[in-house]
Parts: sequence; structure tokens; C-alpha cells
Amino acid sequence: MAGRAQPVSPWPGAGAAALVAALILGTLAAVALRAETSAGFGPADWAALRFTLVQAVLSAVFSVALAIPVARALARRRFPGRRALIALLGAPFILPVIVAILGLLQVFGRAGWISEVLGLFGLSPLRIYGLHGVVLAHVFFNLPLATRLILQAWQEIPAERFRLAAQLGCNGTAMFRLIELPMLRRILPGVLAVIFAICLTSFAVALTLGGGPRATTIELAIYQAFTYDFDLGRAALLSALQLALTVVAALAALRFSQGDGFGAGLDRAIRRWDGGSPLFDVFWIGTAAAFLLLPLAAVVISGLVGLFEMPALVFRAALISVLVAAASTAVLLLLALPMATAVATGRYGIVELCGILGLAASPLVIGTGLFILIRPVANPTTLALPVTALVNAVMALPFALRILVPAAQDVVTRHGRLALSLDMDKKTFFTRVLLPRMQPQIRFAAGLSAALSMGDLGVIALFADPHIATLPLQIYRLMGAYQMQAAAGAALLLLLLSMGAFWLLDRGGRLHAET
Amino acid sequence: MKHLMIAAGLLSATSAMAADKPQLTVYTYDSFVSDWGPGPQVKEAFEAVCDCELNLVGVEDGAALLSRIRLEGENSDADVVLGLDTNLITAAKETGLFAPSSVSAEYALPIEWSDDVFAPYDWGYFAFVHNADTPAPANFRELAEGDTKIIIQDPRSSTPGLGLLLWVEAAYGDDAPEVWAGLADNIVTVTKGWSEAYGLFLDGEADMVLSYTTSPAYHLIAEEDASKAAAAFDEGHYMQVEVAAKLAGTDQPELADQFLEFMVSDTFQQIIPTTNWMYPAVTPASGLPDGFDTLITPEKSLLFSPEEAAAVRDQALAKWLGALSQ
Repeated sequence: MAGRAQPVSPWPGAGAAALVAALILGTLAAVALRAETSAGFGPADWAALRFTLVQAVLSAVFSVALAIPVARALARRRFPGRRALIALLGAPFILPVIVAILGLLQVFGRAGWISEVLGLFGLSPLRIYGLHGVVLAHVFFNLPLATRLILQAWQEIPAERFRLAAQLGCNGTAMFRLIELPMLRRILPGVLAVIFAICLTSFAVALTLGGGPRATTIELAIYQAFTYDFDLGRAALLSALQLALTVVAALAALRFSQGDGFGAGLDRAIRRWDGGSPLFDVFWIGTAAAFLLLPLAAVVISGLVGLFEMPALVFRAALISVLVAAASTAVLLLLALPMATAVATGRYGIVELCGILGLAASPLVIGTGLFILIRPVANPTTLALPVTALVNAVMALPFALRILVPAAQDVVTRHGRLALSLDMDKKTFFTRVLLPRMQPQIRFAAGLSAALSMGDLGVIALFADPHIATLPLQIYRLMGAYQMQAAAGAALLLLLLSMGAFWLLDRGGRLHAET
Repeated sequence: MKHLMIAAGLLSATSAMAADKPQLTVYTYDSFVSDWGPGPQVKEAFEAVCDCELNLVGVEDGAALLSRIRLEGENSDADVVLGLDTNLITAAKETGLFAPSSVSAEYALPIEWSDDVFAPYDWGYFAFVHNADTPAPANFRELAEGDTKIIIQDPRSSTPGLGLLLWVEAAYGDDAPEVWAGLADNIVTVTKGWSEAYGLFLDGEADMVLSYTTSPAYHLIAEEDASKAAAAFDEGHYMQVEVAAKLAGTDQPELADQFLEFMVSDTFQQIIPTTNWMYPAVTPASGLPDGFDTLITPEKSLLFSPEEAAAVRDQALAKWLGALSQ
């Protein structure tokens, strides 16, 4: 496509990508330059690298493999409560890590619900701690994301293709091979790469569910380098390694996700004629719902009592979190929309690469780097909230791009030539064609980003000012002060707020999902 | 973004109002400044006597606090750092960023205190906390031989985790790897920080959790719940002594000294037991709060000197990693 005229300008997107890359690489450089002597890379780091890679690959593969049948079942079936279920399934992804760990272990732990049921039959409790526990926890976090991304691709297949296939007498298997498999081949590498990158930076989850120091990840080694050894050089080196691994994964994904889309359709509601027996789909939807919703139920149940014991301060923290989430979502859209547009014009894969860096960047390195950079010019503590909002936006960027890019590509392919032949100017194409047609994806991306930002501790702990705490920070503080019950209540409030924000922003997305 | 800046500005406006008074900035760990920690009361009490404004800045935990000071170097905004412990003193002194002070008091510590830079403000013993109605082992060997399940914290990311590492090292020295190997099948999991571990223990995930001998006091005093107890180990218990010092680069040296003196005074020391849930470094005239008398008192106190702690830390960690990574 090189050199061909484009209906929309890639330059704002290239600029946004440069900003993101400058932020991530600049903070890394700031940390590296501040380093004194460094112990460099030790044998323990190789062990950490090995474990990190193994768990990230397994987590990505299992999350995606399980998401395919779940997304297919959701794409094929209509049932009451489907919309609510799809929205709820997204919840694990947005919980603060510590809350999710406690919820997960209340179901799968030694004293968890499943172990209790096993105990009734005289069986020994579940052995959750180990590599399988790490993978289970990562699937819990990422299955919903994988399902949503794949489901979205499913729903973007023009209804006409299914109609044609049905007219030609395709059964379920043939339909899968002719229509769905090519779609999956196009979308799966990107989804795998994103989840791989998320799991690469896992720390508390991997350690706790892994059952001990065998489950040491690179992110733990970075933390250790910062606080235990104060070896900034090693922290920067390890962080660069994380970034390099993510870039390799992203390049592999870009390379393997070749293949054309399905071309234009008339935006009709999708009808499927290959229903067959619903048992298979019921099984997958039921299993996924049970797996994801039981730990959430545990969070809700432990939170109910605490909800009435929460000090008023928690509500102020909640307000601050809502403001941070709103600002972070605005920043995210300002970055993601031009970037997705640039990628859609075909020549700017590097833009998407810059976006995915946000996943692999260690929050500790970004936070410390920003701290080093801001300090000479301003008091970092007074900038705690804007910095948190900015970092949260950059962290959510890779997800937003995965959501927005396929849709933007579709619009440019479908309507680009017509716009060019009409001599429509680039700005008009962007505002009158691209944005309106991408509305469901924009809403989904905004909802996800707002929810993520609300639930993420982010870098606020590094910049903390005692008077301005976000809700996740206040949850950590409550726990640190033995107030586990009030913390559980605050976690429930956070869950409600995050889901509320997601629900509100994603409404268009759900309408789209339903058609 | 603009609204956010305004919100941030409004929230910090309270501190700007008193800008004409001298400012004393104290860096400490996050749980100290939290609304449930000693911070708010300490601020109010000190401002009542100092004709100044006390800015408490919270930084995660003790280890992260020292990293922050090293990061800021000589231009640090901090005048005083409060919240390091004896394991961090050597590394802190090596930076050359801290200045001696003349603070002294009748310390109620089980050990002699003679450091001229760092002054203690509270202390405690690490211990395994369990439900009072279940029997607890009497030492690490008995724990290793039995099937009591424990949750501990990672020494690389947590202060109690490091405390346990040094506890076993102090009690067993060369035999530490063997003790850790014996404990491996008792350890349910290792968490990043204290909160995860304690939360999992309260959810019933293990029989005991690494915490402090003072933890049952929280449940007893704040929740009127006598169901938690700390297990007394006959090898002795490793101590944590939390300390503070003045920075050499402070622009408020007198105010900083005044704060350190205030820190070992009755007013400050009275706040500590029921907010930080540790023993005060100087027993206040009014004594310890009711409930503290129910706590176990270890027969033997274990503590490496700052120099010893710095010297054995890395090899103790290597032993721990070796024994638990099998």
C-alpha cells in the first residue's frame, strides 16, 4: 500500500506514538543514567527470566484457547442476561491485584469454597500453589479480555457472509473453517501478544499463587533491585529486557496476523443458521461464568459487611479515583484514536509497537523515572494525580489499540476509496466517517480504560501525598492498618464504581454486541 | 486534566495556607501517614508546640523510603526520615546523607541503644500469629516437624519477610539452610507484603502468619476480639527497632532536632501503641494501654547489630532462596 493516497492523515498518530515512546524510553533512560555501580545480570535473574517466560507463554495460550469457545458460544447464542454477563465477565481484569488474589483464594485456596466441598466428601483440599496456580490466576484476569477481543472480531464479520454460507448449506464445521478460522488467524496473534505482555510484568500474583521464590518474576527482581539493593542500573537493565521481550512478541504478532478482512457488509444484524445443539455453548458459557464470577462473588460477600463500616475518607478517595479515571480516559482517547488511525493507513505498524510498550513497562521504572525527571522542575508530590492519570492512560493504551485498530482498519478499507474519490478532506473523513463508525469500539476502549484506571494502584504510591489518596491506595492503607473488613468494603465499592464506569461508557458497545 | 489540577490544588491548599510558618518535612512509610496510622495525631500534637508546619510524606515502606532518600540525594526535600529499621541503618549511614543528633532518652528497649545518628521511636518482636484455640509449635524445629501451615512474606519485598530471614539466621546460623528446608513443606505461600499474608491468614488459608507479637493487641483493643495469639518460640524472637534521623542537608536543623526530641517524648510515644501497634521506645508515664499486658514476652531477644545485619543479609537470602527453590 506504500505511497498510496490515504483518506486520513497518519501524522497526529505518529506524533502521539512518539510521545508515548518518549515517555517510556525516557523514564527508562532517566533511571539508567541515575545509576551508580551495578551488579549487572546474575544467575538468579536468568532463573527469573526463565520462569517469567514460561508462565507468560502458558498464561497467554490458556487464556486464548479457553476464550475461543467462550467467545464463539457468546457470538452464536442470544439469551436473557447476555449483555449483563458480558459486562460482568470483564470485572476480574479491573480489580486491584490484592483484592483479586484474596477473592481467587477464597474460592480456590486451601480453605476455599471448592476445598470445603471436597472436604465434605473426605477429599484433601485443592493444591493451588505452584505454576498451575499462577496460570489459573492469569487466566482469571485475562480470559475476560481475550473473550471480549475475540467476541468483538466475531461480531464484525458481516452478516452477509453467514447468510451466504447458510444458503450454500454450510454446516457448523464448514462455517468454522470458511469464515471463523480465517478471522481467528487474523486476530489471535495480537491477543496472544497482549496477554503475554501483561503476564510478563506480573509480580504479586505470580509470587503468591506460585507459592514461593520459585515463582520469582523479572518484575520482582526489578522491585528488589530498587528497594532491597538500590541498584538502579540493574532495575533499568531488567526493565529493558521486559521491553525487548514485548517488542519481540509484538513483532511476531504483527507478522503472523496477516490476512485480509471480510470486506464490507450492510451492517445487518447477524443471524446464524448453524446453531446445532446448544449443549456445547451452554457448557462453555456456564463454565466461564462460574470460573470468573465465583471469586467476584467472594469479593462481594466479604465486602458487604465492610461496606457499612467504611470511614468517610473512603468516599473522598472514591471521588478522587473517579476524577483520575476520567482524566486518564480523556488522555487515553487523545492518544489512542490518532494512533489507531495511523495504524489503519497501513504503513505505521511501528505506531502500534510504541503503544504496546505501555504494557511491558514496569510501573516502578516509569514512576521512578518520572520522579527523577519532574523533581528538578516541580514538586512531584503535588503532581501525583496528573502523573497517575497519565501513566494509567499509557498502561491502558495497548488494550485500547487492540480494540480500536481492527475497527479503524475496517473503516479505512471499506470507505477510504470512496472518500478519496469524493475528494473528502482528511479531517472530515476522521470526524464524519471514522469516528462515528468506530463509536462502539471507542466506547468499549473508554470504558475499559476508565475501569482499569480506577482499579489500578499505578504510580500513586511513589508520589503519595497523605491528603490525596486514590481508592486502591486507601484499600492498601486500610489493610496495612489491620482493617481488613473495611478494606473489603472499599474493594466492593471500587468494584461497583469500576463496573459502573465501564457500563456507562460501554453502553454503545453493548448495543453493538446485541444488534 | 485541568479540573484534576484544580482538584489537586484545592486539596493541597490547606498546606499552602500556613506557608508563612517554617516547614518541617518528614519522610516516612505510607502506613504511618495513613488516616489510621500515627501521622494525623503526631502532626496535630507537634504543630501545637512547634509554631511550624509538619509535612508528613509517605513512601511505601522502610526499604522504599531509603531508596527514595538515595534517589533524591543531597537535594532531598526531607528534613527528617522516620521509619527505617536497624537492618537499613548501615546502608543509610553509607550514603553520608544523615547527620548525628543529640537525642537521648530512657529507652525501654530490651537492648542497649547507642547510635549517635539514629534514634528509636518504637520496636516490636516478629512472631507467628495463630488462632488462640489451636495449639502452636514452641520453636522452628517443632514447626518444621509438624504439619502446621504458615504464610510468610518475601524478604526481598517486605520488612517482616527480611525480619524472619534474620530471625532464623540469628537463631541457627550455619544450620539455617537445614531449618528452611524443613520449613519448606509448612509454607503455604510467600507473599509480596504483610497485608496479603495477613488477609489470607484471616481468611483461613493457613494456621499461622508471620507478623508481630503485638498483632493480637489490635484485635483485642480495636475489635474486642481475643481469638488471636502470638506463638512464643523458645529460640527467642527477632526484634524490629524502628528509627528516625535528621538529614545532613536539612534547612531546618533546629526544627528537625526539636522533632526528634518530641519523638521520644510522652506525647508522641503515647500515640504509637494503638496506631502503629508496636511498643513505644520510651514507656510513657501513663504506661502501656490495657491489653498490651496480655501479650507474650519472649524470654530471649534476638537482634543483629546494624553492621552484622548488613554483613549477613545477602548470604542469608541466598540460603533462603536455595532452600525454598528446590
